[in-house]
Amino acid sequence: MTFDINSPILFALVALIIAAVLAQSVFFLVKAWRRGVAIGMEKKKLRRIAATAAVFTIAPAVAIVISVITLAKDLGLPLPWLRLSVVGSLSYETIAAANAESAMGLTFGQAPDLTATQYVTIASVMTLSIMVGIWLVPVLCKKMQNQMVVREQKDKKWADIMSAAMFIGMISAFVGYVFCDVSTVLQGSTAGLIPVCVMAVSALVMLLSGLLVKVLKVQWISDYALPVSLLSGMASAIPITAWLG
Amino acid sequence: MKKNTTYMDSVHTWGRIWNLSMMLILLAFPVVVCLLYGVLPDWKGLVLGLFATAPMYWAVGVIETITYIPMLGAGGSYLSFVTGNISSLKLPCAINALEQTGVKASSEEGEVVSTVAIAVSSIVTTLIILLGVILIVPLSPLLSAPVLAPAFAQILPALFGGLGVVFVSRNWKIAIAPVTLMLILFVCVPALNAGTVGIMVPVGVVFTLLVSRLMYKKGWLN
Repeated sequence: MTFDINSPILFALVALIIAAVLAQSVFFLVKAWRRGVAIGMEKKKLRRIAATAAVFTIAPAVAIVISVITLAKDLGLPLPWLRLSVVGSLSYETIAAANAESAMGLTFGQAPDLTATQYVTIASVMTLSIMVGIWLVPVLCKKMQNQMVVREQKDKKWADIMSAAMFIGMISAFVGYVFCDVSTVLQGSTAGLIPVCVMAVSALVMLLSGLLVKVLKVQWISDYALPVSLLSGMASAIPITAWLG
Repeated sequence: MKKNTTYMDSVHTWGRIWNLSMMLILLAFPVVVCLLYGVLPDWKGLVLGLFATAPMYWAVGVIETITYIPMLGAGGSYLSFVTGNISSLKLPCAINALEQTGVKASSEEGEVVSTVAIAVSSIVTTLIILLGVILIVPLSPLLSAPVLAPAFAQILPALFGGLGVVFVSRNWKIAIAPVTLMLILFVCVPALNAGTVGIMVPVGVVFTLLVSRLMYKKGWLN
């Protein structure tokens, strides 16, 4: 059989794997939904959570499609489709593919006619390098969750603070990242201010949404405040980049 | 609050079955391609490629797993570590859902809320990527248009602006030290950028936990 990075058989294989991923998501959704109803959560509340999550996901998911298009130029469509639907991210997949190609004497971005041997080598490197979380969660998750329950029984207030502290710790890393190029202003470039301004617009929209919820007492504004602030920030990036970039 | 043992046990049992099965299915992809085309990997390329890639990602993978499990909940963890994009999509989605419903992550309701949010997010992501693959010919010029590039380049600042303002304002005492530390580090250390922000998440989490514990013991968080 002649090898082609966009062969229909590769599409079929990837489609099967993606179907399994989709089945896992549906399985956990149904399981959690049923449990929610069983413990007295209103279906309306569950539907609101689902709707907000769906709306919030659209823009980042479109960005993933762009990553698929970017990687498809070198690796064909099926492999990036698989890698970015399961575990991967553009930066990781690019590094893994570039390292595998480099190890075979190829240059990433300039290898359009991969052989089957080169293709499986790249696919193997990408797959094996990113596997840790998939098998480590089954090993650690139950133990860690049980420890959390014990900790909460011992000191409920500290357990609450700990939960908030973990979220704040993660958010603070990303807030820091937004400012990583600010020092370029000293060299006369204002491009480093773009992410800071975008973050400020997004934060402002979120604050305004909070204000509207308090004044108008309309719950749905609160439900969609994060997706709206995300989209507003992204939209503002276009004129801000034109101005500062 | 102690969670219902039966439900949580069932989540762990099914989570283990799903994740280990997914691991085997993913590993099967290159094997099946080898069998279909009657080839073997370039062993030297495979070993060198793995040597250049795996150690860093395995180390990061271990740290990320330990960091994210307490935040994602059980069902959310099993799903997120298969579907990926945790810090930029699944975790913010779960945090927003918990915030929206006003429930604690450690409660059983919190477990349900974060699992529903992450599952829906995973399904929508998968379907949008599928749509993108089907419509790649008409979509490519549109999504790759230079005019839209700045918007997609700034997803993280746009996301963490909204999310940050909610959490920092509600927990400002806890937030002062880690936000200050991260600002100083990211501004002053050139090696810290988009490529290394993932590594700084566990650093931020551990630092915040230590500072919070100290403040809690001193009675500053009452």
